[in-house]
Amino acid sequence: MTHLRFGRAVLAVALAFPIAFGGTVKATFAETVLRVIPHADLKNLDPIWTTAYISRNHGYMIYDTLFAMDENFKPQPQMVDTWTTSDDGLVWTFVLRDGLKFHDGAPVTGEDVVASLQRWGKRDGMGQQLFSNVASLEAPDDKTVVMTLSSPFGLVLESIGKISSNVPFIMPKRVAETDPFEQITDYTGSGPFVFEEDEWVPGNTVVYTKFDDYVPRDEPVSAAAGGKLAKVDKVIWQYFPDNTTAMNALMAGEIDFFEQPAPDLAPILASNPDITVEVNDPLGSIGFARFNHLLPPFDDADVRRAAIMAMKQEDYLAAAIGDPQFWKTCYSVYPCGTPLANDVGSDIMATGDVGAAKAALGETGYDGTEVVIMQPTDIPVLSAFSLVTAEKLREAGFNVKLEAMDWATLTSRRALRDPVGEGGWNMFHTWWIGADVIDPMAIAFSGNPDAGWFGWAEDAELEGARAAFAQASTEAEKKELAAKVQERLWAIGASGELGQFFVPVAYRNNVEGLIKSPVQFFWNISVE
Amino acid sequence: MLAYVLKRVLMTVPVMIVVALFVFLLLRLAPGDPAAVIAGDYATAEDVARIREQLGLSDPIIVQFFNWTWSLMQGDLGTSIFSNKPVTELILQRIEPTMLLALTTILFSIAIAVPLGTIAAFRSGSWIDRVVMLFSVGGFSVPVFVLGYILIYLFSLTLKVLPVQGYRSPFEHGLGPFLSHITLPSVTLSVIFIALIARMTRASVIEVLEEDYIRTARAKGQSEFKVLMRHALRNAAVPIVTVVGIGIALLIGGVVVTESVYNIPGLGRLVLDAVLARDYPIIQGLILFFSFIYILLNLLIDLTYTFLDPRIRY
Repeated sequence: MTHLRFGRAVLAVALAFPIAFGGTVKATFAETVLRVIPHADLKNLDPIWTTAYISRNHGYMIYDTLFAMDENFKPQPQMVDTWTTSDDGLVWTFVLRDGLKFHDGAPVTGEDVVASLQRWGKRDGMGQQLFSNVASLEAPDDKTVVMTLSSPFGLVLESIGKISSNVPFIMPKRVAETDPFEQITDYTGSGPFVFEEDEWVPGNTVVYTKFDDYVPRDEPVSAAAGGKLAKVDKVIWQYFPDNTTAMNALMAGEIDFFEQPAPDLAPILASNPDITVEVNDPLGSIGFARFNHLLPPFDDADVRRAAIMAMKQEDYLAAAIGDPQFWKTCYSVYPCGTPLANDVGSDIMATGDVGAAKAALGETGYDGTEVVIMQPTDIPVLSAFSLVTAEKLREAGFNVKLEAMDWATLTSRRALRDPVGEGGWNMFHTWWIGADVIDPMAIAFSGNPDAGWFGWAEDAELEGARAAFAQASTEAEKKELAAKVQERLWAIGASGELGQFFVPVAYRNNVEGLIKSPVQFFWNISVE
Repeated sequence: MLAYVLKRVLMTVPVMIVVALFVFLLLRLAPGDPAAVIAGDYATAEDVARIREQLGLSDPIIVQFFNWTWSLMQGDLGTSIFSNKPVTELILQRIEPTMLLALTTILFSIAIAVPLGTIAAFRSGSWIDRVVMLFSVGGFSVPVFVLGYILIYLFSLTLKVLPVQGYRSPFEHGLGPFLSHITLPSVTLSVIFIALIARMTRASVIEVLEEDYIRTARAKGQSEFKVLMRHALRNAAVPIVTVVGIGIALLIGGVVVTESVYNIPGLGRLVLDAVLARDYPIIQGLILFFSFIYILLNLLIDLTYTFLDPRIRY
C-alpha cells in the first residue's frame, strides 16, 4: 500500500512538474529536421557587411541570386529567366522568373535587384570592378533589369554569379537601401528557407524553416545552380565550440551533419558504421603564406622568392592536415583541377629545397633583419603552417621570431602598415577556399597596394594583366591572361602557396542528397 | 542589520564604477580589433577602417568611455557589435542555463560533500577518511574537460543513457529532459567542489570535535549522532559556508569550460565567444554583471553567518 502510494505520488509529481513550469508537449508529427553543426558560429546576419563564410552560407539559406555557379564553374541563371546582351556587349537585359516571392509574400521586382546589386557593388571587390564599368543600372518594369556598361567587361555573369563572399544576394529594396557599412536589421529573403529570428541564439542555435512559396528551377541541382529543393521542414544549425563534443554528438545521433570536423577526428568518425566521412568540396582550400611587401627583408622580391624556395608543400600539409587522402600538392595559384590552373612560373614554388633557398638568399645580401611571423595558436592549421615556415626559414638562414597570438589579434595587427617595432609584421598564414582564388580577380592576387589585400604587393604588370583579364571575352584570352597573372605573382614572390587541402564533411547515414560544391548548401538534402 | 545591508548595497556602487573603468580600459588596451573580425578574412584594410568608423571605435577612448557610461546610467548595457542584439537580451537569453547549472552543481556538491567530510572527520584516520581524502585530491586534480569527456564516453556513447550535449529548459521542456541534460554537466562540475567542500568540512569538524563543549556533550550522554549533528556540524558551519561561497564564485569560471564541453548555451560560452571576437559591449556587460553577482554573493554569505552563529552580529 505504502509502495503504491509512493509510486502514485512520484508519477503525479513527474506529470505535474512540466505543467507546473509551463511545459508543453509539442507535437512534431511528420516534421523533418536536419540538425547541422556548421563550421562557425553565425555571429552576424548581413552577408554583404561581412565576408565571413558562415554569413555567406546563411545568405544562401534565405536569399536567392540572379546567377549561380554550377559544378563546372560556369554561371547559370538562377532568379533570371532570360537575358540578352547587345552586340557591343554594353547593354545587358535580365528578365526575372515568374513566381519569385519574398518571405513576406511580396513579389521580387527589378527595383529590389537594382538596390541589392548596388549595395553589393560598394562592398565586394569583384562588385567594385563591375560597377566601375557600369554606366547605369535600371529596372524599366517589375521583371526587367537593364545594366548598361560604360566599357566592355568580360566578367558580368561571373561577377553577379560569384559563389563566394561577398555573394550578390537579392534583398528587398527597403533592406538593400541600408548603408553598406551598416548591418541590415530585416532578414526577409526570397530563398528556399526562412530565418526564424525569434529562435536565434547567437553563439548556439540558428533555425531555418522551409519557405513553402519558393519556386525552384526545373534543372537538376549543380553546385549553387539548378533547382533548390528544400526537402526538410526545418534546418537547425547548432554551433559547437568544442570539436570533440561535436564528434560525440554526431556519433550519438544527436546531430545529422558535421560540416568541418577537425582532420584528426576524421579517422575516428570514419570508423563508425553509422557515419560517412567524405570530401564534399571539389576545390578544397589553398594554404597561403603572406609576406609584408612594405617592410624589410620582404620588401625585396629576391628575398621573398628565396623564402618561397624553402617552402615544401608536403611538409606543411603533413603537419597541418595529416592524412594524405585529404591533401595534395598544387603549384598553380588557381586551384588545381579548375579551368585556369597552370604551371607557368611555378618552378620556384615546386623547389621545396632549403639548400637552394639558402644559396638564393645568400645572393640577395640579406642582412639578418628579423622576420616576425604571426602565429595564431587558436587555429591549429594556421599554427602548424607558422611553425613549419619558421623552421624552414631558419634553416635557410633567416633570423625568425615567432609571435604567438589569437586570430582576433592577428586580424587587427595584419592591417597595420607600421614598422615591426611599432606593431607591424613580416609574415602570416591563412587559407583561401578554392572558389575564392579561382581566377585573377581574387583580392589575394592584387598588385595594387592601395586597394589590395594585407601584405600590399605592388606590381604594375600584374595589375595590367588583371585589368586585361576583366576585359577579356574569349576563354583562350582569359587563360592566357590568367597565366600571365600567375607568372607575375611568382616573379615578384607575392606569397607562398602551401598546397591544396580538403576538409571532409561527416554525416549520419540517414542523410541523403549532399551537393558537391565549394560552399555547403542545405537544399536537396533529405533525412530519413 | 538593515542598516548594515543598506550600507553594503550602497558600497557596491563605487566598486562597480572601479570595475567598469578597469574593464573598459583593459579591453581597449588589449590587442585585437572587432572591426577586423567582422570584416572577415578577405576584406581590405580600407573596409576594416570603414567598419571601425561606423562602430564608433575610431573615437578617442575617453569619448567611447563617456558614451558607454552614459548608456549604462540609463540601464543600457549596449548592443553586441556582431549580432546587433542588446547585451541585456543576450544575458537574459543565457542566464537560465548557467544559473540552473550552478544551482544544481552547488546543491549536488553540498549534498555529497558535507556528509562525506563529516564522516571522514568522525572516522578520522580510518579507511573511510583515506578514501574521502583520496577522492578530494583526485577531484581537485582532474581537469573539468577530461572528466567531462570520460563521463560522456561512459554514459552517453557506451551506456547511451544520457545525452552528449545541449540544454533543455525545465520551464519549456519539462523536468525529465532538463534533468537528463543537466546531470552530466552538474556531476562534472561538482567533482571539484565536492573535493573542496569535503576537505573543508572534514578539517572544520575535526577541529570542533576537539572542543571542550563536545566533550561535555558526550559526558552528558548525548548520542554520537546528536553530538555530530547538533554540536559539531553547527559550529563548523561558518568556514563551510565560506568555502561554498568561494565555490560559487569559482563556479562562474568553471562553467566556461563545462558549457563548452557540453555545448550549453550559457553565460560562460557567451563570455568565451565575446572575448575571442572582441565583442566589447558583451564583455563589458558580462563582467559588470558577474561583479554584481559576486558582491551580492559575498553579502549573502556574510548575512548567513548571523543565522549560523548567533555570536556574530552586524
